[in-house]
Amino acid sequence: MPGIDYFYPEFEVVRRDERCIRCRVCERQCANEVHRYDAERDMLISDEAKCVNCQRCVSLCPTRALKIVRSDCRLRENANWDGDTIREVYKQAASGGVLLSSMGNPKPLPVYWDKLLINASQVTNPSIDPLREPMETKVFLGKKPDRMTRDAEGRLKTDLTPQLELSMPVMFSAMSYGSISYNAHASLARAATEMGVCYNTGEGGLHEDFYRYGPHTIVQVASGRFGVHEDYLEAGAAIEIKMGQGAKPGIGGHLPGAKVGPDVSRTRMIPEGSDAISPAPHHDIYSIEDLRQLVWSLKEATGHRKPVIVKVAAVHNIAAIASGIARSGADIIAIDGFRGGTGAAPTRIRDHVGIPIELALSSVDQRLRDEGIRNNVSLVVGGSIRSSADVVKAVALGADACYIATAAVLALGCHLCRTCQSGKCNWGIATQRPDLTKRLNPEIGSQRLVNLLTAWKREIMELMGGMGINSIEALRGNRLMLRGVGLNETELRILGISHAGE
Amino acid sequence: MRALEGQFRNPSGCAISAVISKSGERMSGEKIIESMKPMHERSNGLGGGFAGYGIYPEYKELFALHLFFSDKAVRHECETYLRGELELVKAEVIPTRTIPAITDEPLIWRYFVTPLRSVLNSMQVDENEYIARVVMHINTSIKGAYVFSSGKNMGVFKAVGFPEDVGEFYRLEEYGAYSWTAHGRYPTNTPGWWGGAHPFALLDWTVVHNGEISSYDANRRCIEMYGYTCTLQTDTEVITYIADYLLRKQGLTLEETAGVIAAPFWSTIEAKPEAQRRELTYLRTVFPSLLITGPFSIILGFRGGLMALNDRLKLRSMVTAEKGDRVFIASEEAAIRAMEPDAENLYAPAGGEPVIVRVKEGCC
Repeated sequence: MPGIDYFYPEFEVVRRDERCIRCRVCERQCANEVHRYDAERDMLISDEAKCVNCQRCVSLCPTRALKIVRSDCRLRENANWDGDTIREVYKQAASGGVLLSSMGNPKPLPVYWDKLLINASQVTNPSIDPLREPMETKVFLGKKPDRMTRDAEGRLKTDLTPQLELSMPVMFSAMSYGSISYNAHASLARAATEMGVCYNTGEGGLHEDFYRYGPHTIVQVASGRFGVHEDYLEAGAAIEIKMGQGAKPGIGGHLPGAKVGPDVSRTRMIPEGSDAISPAPHHDIYSIEDLRQLVWSLKEATGHRKPVIVKVAAVHNIAAIASGIARSGADIIAIDGFRGGTGAAPTRIRDHVGIPIELALSSVDQRLRDEGIRNNVSLVVGGSIRSSADVVKAVALGADACYIATAAVLALGCHLCRTCQSGKCNWGIATQRPDLTKRLNPEIGSQRLVNLLTAWKREIMELMGGMGINSIEALRGNRLMLRGVGLNETELRILGISHAGE
Repeated sequence: MRALEGQFRNPSGCAISAVISKSGERMSGEKIIESMKPMHERSNGLGGGFAGYGIYPEYKELFALHLFFSDKAVRHECETYLRGELELVKAEVIPTRTIPAITDEPLIWRYFVTPLRSVLNSMQVDENEYIARVVMHINTSIKGAYVFSSGKNMGVFKAVGFPEDVGEFYRLEEYGAYSWTAHGRYPTNTPGWWGGAHPFALLDWTVVHNGEISSYDANRRCIEMYGYTCTLQTDTEVITYIADYLLRKQGLTLEETAGVIAAPFWSTIEAKPEAQRRELTYLRTVFPSLLITGPFSIILGFRGGLMALNDRLKLRSMVTAEKGDRVFIASEEAAIRAMEPDAENLYAPAGGEPVIVRVKEGCC
């Protein structure tokens, strides 16, 4: 049936021929092979069907001859059957396959961060000027003791279970070596070290070159156990058990075999070219008491010197789940919201499973307080934290720190084209092709990440100062500093805040 | 309908003042009342109060509960509850003087009580914890009744009005205390409820406070995990509970408590000698949610002493002075001069620097 699977390309390449100097940069830069030089006609021609709108050619065209626009050749408008939905039906009718996507949920679901507004001091107490007064953003993640103890002379005993010290309440979230490139990992590791925060290996093990960044590394143990061995566990500042991920709750990680080259294969301890599909659950964790055993096993294996993080996706019953984790011996709970990014996830799961992190965080923080166990654990939230304002709002709702990943890869050049699963990232981030990965210079990459965190830190300090708060711990859980706009009673109740004007 | 005190945040400006005799000599309330007069502008007539320590020597082994009741029926209900929970040794109206400046007074009673030993044993709590729970129960569950003082051999006296009038109303010249604290309130909202005046007290702790803390909800949500219920939404209330939690329940010293609520900056801590650095780092790490930020000057009263403390940026004025065995603390020097024109060693404590004054052992 000819034509039945055809649809007009989503994007069009607009080339202003009078500007084009035939330098062929676009052709060389596009791993998707959209651009091709036709020598006979001395002109560049495009195959739009391959274009993912990553903007690489646009950004590198020296004469600004190129732009990518959304095609206006589309199906008849229908509010129920929108173009993407129809395309997906065609694709599945043709292939019988599960649809794959990348990065976070792009659907127009509520972004609660944007419905929260932050307070400032006026008259009755002074705002504090971070340019002239100290403003503290340091946090310690980990369990806090319930009771003080003293030695024979009556001095406080000051030994604590292991804590993760961060200069600001932001860390780079898990992205595995394999899903992202060596240079992307190098950039994250260096930036985390320079900023006094942590990055996270994700589930792909730790490349031997990066062991030296260990004090600023969180090593992950996921259901596939890729790259997990004794030295790896010892290398990090903390160990994270990945139970779930916001972009794909209920399933394990996916790394296509095309991305498993020699280096990735060695680091992951899997054969070259094999797909690395993590099991959906950990097969040694079918219930909460099993999780407790893994937490304590990892602690035993590392001499109780590392805090253990348990990362879960924000799902419906998250408060009860978190309460269970808080009693499992975990030092830190990381919760990943449904807008969290991914290198590859089934589209339906990414777009329809899980709940917003703002609501998950609010209910978890409150539940742990109601049960008097909030100090047993620290709370780290991600998925998606887009700006310093989101960080401030998250901390005010009760988070100890935030995980960022999409914002970090944006800083490295990602243009959010959402096709990481293809392995042909033109920006050298979500790819293992040497000709592409070399496009990301880790010197510049790490500097850009440092810049981003520095800028956010400044903004966090400005926002805190405005509220008359000069230390981040006085903001944590300080929900009076937030008001909601356009939220209903239920949403306000869950968030534990008042409406603006109240 | 207008909201009642406790149903909203009510930031206040304030005047505070205190005097203590280190030798434990009893002083009448006249001087402390005088000290509030030059600071009249710091109050707006919507709250004033005093705390005196050592005022009930004849009942010093008993807890003195001071209560406001909205009407007789509530008093009967509350007394029935008290009789069920405690041994009630004496119940009486707190003597007051009718003056034009103070009106609409509730019923004001005091009860000298002691918990039943058998009840304490079966509940496995000490008498302080038991009394604290009784106070929390009345203040959250018996509508129209409010315990505003619950320590031993001490008492709080407060009302809606200017502090100097409140002192006259309660006939404070008839009491003898080795330490007095005083408060004049400038609330930005005006529900005018007597329980909302300060000092705020729990057991032997009393707090007078000037400021508006920016950490309020972080502090409140933390302390409510430990069995406290903040019914008033005022800074003073939450500060009192924090003091009770750290000092009584965690057994911290006053200095350590100051190191939590007005913790030194990390940069300051790093410059300290090793032992101190370890301890201060420990306290900040363990109690991050009890750090208080934003402007405050507080005077914490306790059995046998006072502690004055400013926020770490010193965003509120507070001075101390001495004369003989007396130590004076106030928002302004003028208040101290009103008590003791020849006060010496005037000193403005640095932000976060606790000034702790204790009565000599055996004198209180």
